[in-house]
Amino acid sequence: MTMTKRQLLMKKYVSSIALVFGLLVGATSAMASEEGGLPSAGTNVNDQASLQRGAKLFFNYCVGCHSLKYVRYSRISEDLGLSEKEVMDNLNFTGDKFGDPVISHMPEASGRQFFGKAPPDLSLEVRAKGADWVYGYLNSFYLDPSRPVGWNNAVFANASMPNPLWELQGLQTAEMKADDKDAVEKLELSQPGKLTPAQFKQATRDLTSFLEYAAEPAALQRQRYGIWVLLFLAGFTLLAYTLKKEYWKDVH
Amino acid sequence: MANVFSSIGNWVNERAPNMMPAYRKHMTEYYAPKNFNLWYYFGSLAIVVLVNQIVTGIFLTMNFKPSAAEAFNSVEYIMRDVEWGWLIRYMHSTGASLFFVVVFLHMFRGLLYGSYHKPRELVWLLGMLIFLVLMAEAFMGYVLPWGNMSFWGAKVIISLFGTIPVIGNSLVEWIMGDFLPADATINRFFALHVIALPLVLLLLVVLHIAALHEVGSNNPDGVEIKKGPKGNRWDDHKPADGIPFHPYYTVKDLFGVGFFLTIAAFIIFFVPTFGGWFLEHDNFIPANNLVTPTHIKPSWYFTPFYAILRMIPSFFGTAFWGVLGMFGAIALLFVLPWIDKGKVRSVRYRGTGYKVALFALAFSFIGLALVGAGVVGEWVQEILTPMLPPLSNAAFWKDSPFWASSTFWENLVGRLLTAMYFGYFVFLWAYTRFGWEKTKPVPDRVVYDHD
Ligand code: HEM
Repeated sequence: MTMTKRQLLMKKYVSSIALVFGLLVGATSAMASEEGGLPSAGTNVNDQASLQRGAKLFFNYCVGCHSLKYVRYSRISEDLGLSEKEVMDNLNFTGDKFGDPVISHMPEASGRQFFGKAPPDLSLEVRAKGADWVYGYLNSFYLDPSRPVGWNNAVFANASMPNPLWELQGLQTAEMKADDKDAVEKLELSQPGKLTPAQFKQATRDLTSFLEYAAEPAALQRQRYGIWVLLFLAGFTLLAYTLKKEYWKDVH
Repeated sequence: MANVFSSIGNWVNERAPNMMPAYRKHMTEYYAPKNFNLWYYFGSLAIVVLVNQIVTGIFLTMNFKPSAAEAFNSVEYIMRDVEWGWLIRYMHSTGASLFFVVVFLHMFRGLLYGSYHKPRELVWLLGMLIFLVLMAEAFMGYVLPWGNMSFWGAKVIISLFGTIPVIGNSLVEWIMGDFLPADATINRFFALHVIALPLVLLLLVVLHIAALHEVGSNNPDGVEIKKGPKGNRWDDHKPADGIPFHPYYTVKDLFGVGFFLTIAAFIIFFVPTFGGWFLEHDNFIPANNLVTPTHIKPSWYFTPFYAILRMIPSFFGTAFWGVLGMFGAIALLFVLPWIDKGKVRSVRYRGTGYKVALFALAFSFIGLALVGAGVVGEWVQEILTPMLPPLSNAAFWKDSPFWASSTFWENLVGRLLTAMYFGYFVFLWAYTRFGWEKTKPVPDRVVYDHD
């Protein structure tokens, strides 16, 4: 009799634990897929090669205008598995010191003059907008002669920024919606670039991964330690459970 | 070794003869009902979270700069350059949200088992005071990182006081110390958040537990064990259904703590922003009074009350009614022990009407949380659109009748839920005042069917 009761109870505990975790995982994945119709960026900050390629793109095409004021060159070297020399030779073109943060050398005033708006710091861009948004944005520039710099963007309408990667992607033009002249129906590659569309997608994915890393370098550490912390706590909980069982044996 | 301990013990005892009895009173000789269930873990978990907030808070304070110019940068400095700073911050931010998860469940337990009934009204009132202070504490903490949602959230919430007739506007300026949330605001909120309110909170928690130990714990059967038969294995004069808090409930709570920490660690290490619910996207943008976030909303744990505020329309040219409704929603919880005139405590033996009403209350609370977070209007639209084909036409939504807007649906759902929330208290009063409740017989002893 007591055996079946115990089994029943065990079943109850196990199923409630499963329920809590099920709800947690369900809730997080539901939230993850909530970013409003944008294609998934498919980034992975644990893919070091991708981060390295992304860093290279950032320092070749973006740092002219945008800073990463919370990120230091030395930290990039440490986290991306690059030597000091590699970072200073291949990424740092501004002559700043190894321990300095990544600051664009374009004066804010000329940024405002060229683009109508000073290019923002990108340290936290992915945390503020989401990786999918950034990835979508990088893929959605199109030619628009009505805009001051000649470019527009399907993800961020009337962005003041020209497409810095146009040589890689080629030129896109937009077909507008029939019932809404301000909304983009679809984008077409009217002149191919140096990369194939698939290669360009991968390149922007790498760049987004790098920005995701830049937005939260701690992501690398927390996932690494997290596994061990969870294992420890699970063991501790199990131990506490058996201890409780033992103490409660004489409660009837 | 044992000798050393006992001689230290004797030394202390000679000088403070009442210390050991206090330990016994609250631990080894505090007889708690033996039939506590899952719902009784949340009190000890609230203590764990409180300690976590204080300890991680102290470490954050070592590197945080309470000024409008530096706050945002100093938080990023903690996240990136301070050793283990990211862990400390995530423990603090996740802890804040989990504090509310735990406290909401802890309070709901009170409703389930009638823990606020006589003689535990004082325990409940102290608990409600804790809840109020906790909300103030969380609000001010949220402002400190000085992100854009910190700024706009502070602006919106503080300006609620502006709807108070006559003194409103000067009150708002007095709270902020400026015409907008600014350097002065962050400085005073820092003072209140790191020392003033935590002190009050700690004192209230001590009083809360002291008050509980005066009357003894309630339990899932709502049976008063002190009124039942006497005599257990440890003491002939103590309740037969009671067991010593230590070691029985200390080991049990230890298990609860382990389980809870496992879930907390999962969030801290793998989903610290919790999809934008625990740390919001807009708060990774520095405060900027020229750029308004698209949806200004408070943290998720305030959204039920915020929804009530928004759902109550303005009358006679003032939005004060919404503010009254919001505070009224909390005030009603304070006086719950006097609204509920029922004699049976536990939901297990209460009338069907009570069960249905309690379910409705929980439903309305969660529903209002979603309304306050601004997701309900769009959800209703998403559900309606496939059901009625013309609705999927974009043009239809733009120039069609009032009921085609998501605001309309949000208001409809939100107002129904608001009525449901307040309806609980009205119903409960009438139900118990006029003797409509048909209760079941309450057993003499607690039901203990665990093993
Ligand atoms: C920092 C927040 C709080 C802490 C640390 C705390 C702590 C505790 C502890 C340790 C217990 C005994 C264990 C238990 O019954 O779970 C307890 C019981 C209780 N608490 Fe709290 N509490 C807090 C907030 C609240 C709030 C907000 C309320 C409700 C307004 C509340 C109402 C009660 C009641 C009614 C009991 C007695 C329950 C019973 O015996 O059935 N508490 N609290």
